[in-house]
Amino acid sequence: MAIDLRRFHPTFFEESLEGVAVMETELLEIERILLRSNEGVAAEFDPERLNRIFRSAHSIKGGSGTFGFNQIAEFSHALESLLDDSRSGRRTIDAATVGVLLRAVDCLRGLIDAARRGEPIPACADSVRAELERMQVGAAATHLPSRAEPVRGTDGGWQISFRPRERFFHTGNDPLRLLRALAELGPVSIRADLSRLPDWSELDAERCYLAWEMSLAKPVARHAVDEVFAWVAGECDLEIQLLAHAPADSPKAEDRAASSIRVATAKVDSLVDIVGELVITQTMLSQLAEGFTPERLARLRAGIAQLERHTRDLQDAVLGIRMLPIGFVFSRLPRLARDIAGALGKQVELEINGERTELDKTIIERVSDPLIHLVRNSIDHGIEPPEERVKAGKAPHGTLRLTAYHKSGNVVIEAEDDGRGLNRPRILQKARERGLVPPDTQIESAQIDDLIFLPGFSTAETVNDVSGRGVGLDVVRSNIRSLGGGVEVSSVSGRGTRFTIRLPLTLAIVDGMSLRVGSETYILPLAWIAETLRVRAECVSQPAGSPEIIAVRGDYLPLLRLDRLFNVRARAASLSEGIVVIVEADGRRAGLFVDELLDQQQVVLKSLEPHCDRLEGISAATILGDGTVALILDAGSLVRHAHNPMFAMANPPSSDLSQGAGAPALH
Amino acid sequence: MQETSTITGAPLAADAEQFLTFRLDGLDYGIPITQVQEIRGWTRVTPLPNSPRYIKGVLNLRGTIVPIIDLRLRFNLNESTYDACTVIVVVNVGRRLAGIVVDAVSDVISLAPGQKRNAPEFEGHANRQFIQGLAQVDEKLLVLVDVDKLVNHETLAQATDAAA
Repeated sequence: MAIDLRRFHPTFFEESLEGVAVMETELLEIERILLRSNEGVAAEFDPERLNRIFRSAHSIKGGSGTFGFNQIAEFSHALESLLDDSRSGRRTIDAATVGVLLRAVDCLRGLIDAARRGEPIPACADSVRAELERMQVGAAATHLPSRAEPVRGTDGGWQISFRPRERFFHTGNDPLRLLRALAELGPVSIRADLSRLPDWSELDAERCYLAWEMSLAKPVARHAVDEVFAWVAGECDLEIQLLAHAPADSPKAEDRAASSIRVATAKVDSLVDIVGELVITQTMLSQLAEGFTPERLARLRAGIAQLERHTRDLQDAVLGIRMLPIGFVFSRLPRLARDIAGALGKQVELEINGERTELDKTIIERVSDPLIHLVRNSIDHGIEPPEERVKAGKAPHGTLRLTAYHKSGNVVIEAEDDGRGLNRPRILQKARERGLVPPDTQIESAQIDDLIFLPGFSTAETVNDVSGRGVGLDVVRSNIRSLGGGVEVSSVSGRGTRFTIRLPLTLAIVDGMSLRVGSETYILPLAWIAETLRVRAECVSQPAGSPEIIAVRGDYLPLLRLDRLFNVRARAASLSEGIVVIVEADGRRAGLFVDELLDQQQVVLKSLEPHCDRLEGISAATILGDGTVALILDAGSLVRHAHNPMFAMANPPSSDLSQGAGAPALH
Repeated sequence: MQETSTITGAPLAADAEQFLTFRLDGLDYGIPITQVQEIRGWTRVTPLPNSPRYIKGVLNLRGTIVPIIDLRLRFNLNESTYDACTVIVVVNVGRRLAGIVVDAVSDVISLAPGQKRNAPEFEGHANRQFIQGLAQVDEKLLVLVDVDKLVNHETLAQATDAAA
């Protein structure tokens, strides 16, 4: 019986992309060594590096052939041939070759991605492949004709539905022979349709009950397919259609984020161990419960304490499975640094330390963009062009050092360059021009440094391809903050700049404050809470046509009453009976009026996403100790709402047009 | 791989389908039993602010957060007070779960394909889209509900838009 190969596709794509990443890393390393040897440092790269690249290309070729991704197979074949020449010494590796190979690796990644999403092949495929083939020793002439035979459109093929009549065997035909003949034309995937198969007792061995659905993943001529079935035309129902592109069930929404993770066996083993312990404890407790006498109370307590410990271990171990080394993000950066430095005519060496530091998978995915931004920023603004560096008495190539480590329950990532440092007078001048700093105030250097995180702030003198397009460090800061972390900068003029990112280990558990509004309990993550206070009625006023405003030590903040917002009946009849929680998000503050604060506790986040559209003001849900569901407040959107009440809660604000229209000016 | 198995000796016809029937405002409704995960008594739910009226809230079902839909409100019928008979039928839609609140569950019946009729076209009738078909069982009319449409995300969104 045929095996449906499609279920192996996700694994194939994942492994191939890993292979591509290996190729890229090794190529970059070879390039670095080549550059060094140009600078006069005698360096030979380990031939094993080339072997590793070759092996990766080879397994991608093998896999794609098996699964019928011919475009990928042919492309990686061309890549493999060039690598083979280099490996066997028929061709010396130089910077130009590495350049072409890197481009080919990019293209291969594009092909794999396209195949995974079922999209048409990227445009680069043909040109890069031609380039690869041209570089191949003595192959220029012989390979060109094969390229002349164009592959019509996308990687088409034929979808064949073959349903033999019941008396098919009587005419001496063998369906297997036909299937084999078809397989000779190209890679075929075959599904047998057993729907006509009768009950065992009624089965007649001489009748044919089977039918087949086949897809031939090669754009052969139609008559070639017709020919296979020419002899049996009258004995079966045959439908031949042009293959619709890619398998229909390739889940498009399934992004890289949703894919599987690989877990070290040790982690799984420890999980199994803990579960084993848990089962033993449970057995012990149930034995204790049978025929319980007060004398056994001490043992019961001990058992429960043990249960608690195992539960905590289990929680840690399960969260540990979601932990990935930050190297997943770091590994993308050397290539990026190389390309940016190349585009700007700078020489940069990227040093990476602590890539084994583990972080929650979700955070890893979301910290990648801010990190890319920081790397870009450092190379563009921090590191000087070679001439300038030599003049300043530094080495011509700048160093950008990325370091990750654990520190008191957090993960710290540092991005440090040895460039020119922040230009404080210029930053201050710019900030004054934009009215971010009042003209006659003196501020400290650390505060000046912090100004670069303000929205719309860019001191880039030229707007170029790399940075200075208005998306600035403010986005980096707000992205990191949305993960519950923070980012700081420190700088020494002429010596360099260091960005320090601090992140929580996991997003799956948050420290929260539980609040009560009427009969409902809500959780507010502690990280957002600035302070809580009791208010007197005279501190709150409501200017005509605007929301309520609360005065807090000379500051005026909008006040949001959660009971009104969420349509629940509050218990506090007047303001003085409840409590106001001041929350801070995106640099703005607002007051939330609730009935009372209950308790500080750790809660496990549960997503509401699949069930309902994003609810404004709510980020997720959690399950409380008594089994009921409590909603977790989203301070970001609450503060936004408090400042822009013009927007109904149902429509999240898409622009800030009404900013300041109704809310008091706070900055 | 397609394969329809025939259970010989079973009282069912080969392709009979089983339905869980329940009552709602005096009428009988049915949903395919293959989509029913469990039936549980009414318990308090956590309301979701600013969501459509028929979404009563969310419930903790052994660690999974499940939205609860009041079918009376969904069908624009009269609201009723919940009592001891009120149950939540937890249905399985694709990979998601949802709970629907009904007046009471009645029975499990099997219908041969011939017993199912298409519902007549009521032009522009809002509830039409949730009806998969009709069936006559013991002189009574059974309305077969399309669970997927009922708890489908897009349909919910449309309904919300329409209500706004």
